[in-house]
Amino acid sequence: MVAATEELPLAKALNAGLRAALAADDRVLLMGEDIGTLGGVFRVTEGLQAEFGTNRVIDTPLAESGIVGSAIGLAMRGYRPVCEIQFDGFIYPAFDQITSQLAKFTARTAGAVPMPVVIRVPYGGHIGAVEHHQESPEAYFAHTAGLRVVSPSTPNDGYWMIQEAIASNDPVMFFEPKSRYWPKGPVDFALSAAPLHSTRVVRTGTDVTVIGHGAMVANLLQAAQVAADEGISIEVLDLRSLSPVDYGPILRSVEKTGRLVVCQEATGFASVGSEIAATVAERAFYSLESPVLRVSGFDTPYPASKIESFYLPDADRVLEAVDRALAF
Amino acid sequence: MKLAPTQKHEVSHVAEVSPAVQFLSIDGEFAPNEAAEEYLPYLQELDEADHRRFYTDMAVTRRFDEECTNLQRQGQMGLWPPSHGQEAAQVGSARAARAQDVIFPSYREHAVALVRGVDIVDIVKVMRGVSMGGWDATDPANGNFRNYCLVIGSQTLHATGYATGVRFDGAYATGNAESDIAVMAYFGDGATSQGDVSEAFVFSASGQNPQVFFLQNNHWAISVPVTTQSRTPLYLRAQGFGIPSVQIDGNDVLASYAASRKHLDDARAGGGPQLIEALTYRIGAHTTSDDPTRYQTPEQLAYWVARDPIIRFETYLRSQGADDAFFDEVHTQAEDFSADLRRRTLELGAPPLSTIFDNAYSEAHPVIDEQKAWLQAYESSLAEGA
Ligand SMILES: Cc1ncc(C[n+]2csc(CCOP(=O)(O)OP(=O)(O)O)c2C)c(N)n1
Ligand SMILES: [Mg+2]
Repeated sequence: MVAATEELPLAKALNAGLRAALAADDRVLLMGEDIGTLGGVFRVTEGLQAEFGTNRVIDTPLAESGIVGSAIGLAMRGYRPVCEIQFDGFIYPAFDQITSQLAKFTARTAGAVPMPVVIRVPYGGHIGAVEHHQESPEAYFAHTAGLRVVSPSTPNDGYWMIQEAIASNDPVMFFEPKSRYWPKGPVDFALSAAPLHSTRVVRTGTDVTVIGHGAMVANLLQAAQVAADEGISIEVLDLRSLSPVDYGPILRSVEKTGRLVVCQEATGFASVGSEIAATVAERAFYSLESPVLRVSGFDTPYPASKIESFYLPDADRVLEAVDRALAF
Repeated sequence: MKLAPTQKHEVSHVAEVSPAVQFLSIDGEFAPNEAAEEYLPYLQELDEADHRRFYTDMAVTRRFDEECTNLQRQGQMGLWPPSHGQEAAQVGSARAARAQDVIFPSYREHAVALVRGVDIVDIVKVMRGVSMGGWDATDPANGNFRNYCLVIGSQTLHATGYATGVRFDGAYATGNAESDIAVMAYFGDGATSQGDVSEAFVFSASGQNPQVFFLQNNHWAISVPVTTQSRTPLYLRAQGFGIPSVQIDGNDVLASYAASRKHLDDARAGGGPQLIEALTYRIGAHTTSDDPTRYQTPEQLAYWVARDPIIRFETYLRSQGADDAFFDEVHTQAEDFSADLRRRTLELGAPPLSTIFDNAYSEAHPVIDEQKAWLQAYESSLAEGA
């Protein structure tokens, strides 16, 4: 028996969630590069091959299209594959299999062939990595009908959301903020978390609403703390689900604060943040005291890592936008 | 679905199937095997000075590679993929390429970079995160050594397209080996599983391109053994695509030179694409963030350490009369080279913020201009506020 609550880093919480899913249903499989003997380059699958065997936790050949494409076949055969893509920038060889195949099978077969496939993707910057190891490609997948897209920001969400994603009969893109793999946080093993596709209020406030997902949430909380010292009350929302977006808490918050700043590491053009900004403008127009503002990575390739901190929006950049929102 | 279990103790399932081209026995004795015979004429082009240059290239690479591993451990680089153990495969093939040849590397070909004239600090810049691409591959000083490619296998298609262009331009098969171009792509055993690599084989064979695929089978793709990638010796796979291929002892610098020389020249003369599988071993970690003790047995490592390409060649050179004075001189040269590299690494500052925007496009772009101006104004407002 595990204690009801434990302090764990996100990587270990995900590991516990995957272990629980493997133990609960023997049709659940993990597949990916270096996930077995090595336990994954981030050790998220550490020990799972030893525990469940090489037919449940599979070190695949080195081909992302092969991983996702064969996961589709496994799903047709009644398995529930959980694929690991080693890094964000290596998902593109699988793009056809994800967007044209995985995303569309349910519709193409009039619902006869569901696709309970999860694709785990460590993503995002802040770790001083070389190119292709720090990208935030989530908008491509949120843009693709047929996929569900989520991103946990805390160890507790990691533990629960991975199990909810595996339980879903739809394909779920599961974006793991890799810079958050190591900080510890409480994981409540007893209490089931919020539903997979729900936005959560993580700090209440009255002046401005800020929203983000993944590693951005820590920046938002830091910004809210700094603002509080200056007498500005920020409400912080953790998006958690990028598709579908749970608009209820967002609209309720904006009705209260009248101001919204949407934050993301990804490039801003045609992004998830753009979609949220547009929807809030449509649905909460009369509540808004200022335009919805976006804070994003610049619309450039990710730069050399020594200057990534100038590319990635930090708490200061969030506060700069908060000030602009308040100036209206 | 049933995958065969990982075969941890298997050393080289391929070498037993076909004797790889070998000139130097693992004890450094000149004893060409049968497969090596047709390559002998290519060795006769070499003199003692060439041999000594090969040795120096390998020894200098071994030393700076170790220095870079240390620098990374000391926090001076984000990452370093060591070439330790693969020096013979790289130096032999790089020395076989002619000046006009064009090289498409993966990310571990430090010895090839050295031979082609790339300043190694430019590789460090990429791994340190101060430059996106490192060197200007269009500058003749860099020996037609294109930029590193981290997305596994992708460069094999770029090489194929480049070779297609060479073919369209008629820049090969004119009968002049000093100007006819051949293109060489380096890639690993893991890369062979990528669709891109199979597509490169298909396109190249279809067009009968002047190119050589140089496959370094170092037996691992991070923690995954080559047996997971292929149940057939990898060089045989090329033949299914209609690409003539050969397997060589990649830890024998003479085998690497002679095979590369022949197949590059065959390709440049219009013989179509060729593939060389060099059997070698990654003695070090995959990168500095890897821990091979999790998947590699000590016996396996010992087997390959005993086949060290540099020690083997040293033994051979000594049997040919090279004395301590020569090896001392190389040692000093390697020490000086890596000391200079360390010094210049520590001097590397962060790039200007404008580099975030400057080359996102080659022509003016309104979004880029606007965001660049915004960041400039934002940074100066922070500076004023501070
Ligand atoms: C498309 C893609 N998928 C995954 C990775 C992560 N990765 C980096 S190196 C590597 C193993 C490569 O093995 P191999 O091709 O044998 O080359 P080696 O590293 O042994 O030189 C993997 C899986 C990557 N860089 N690109
Ligand atoms: Mg390899």
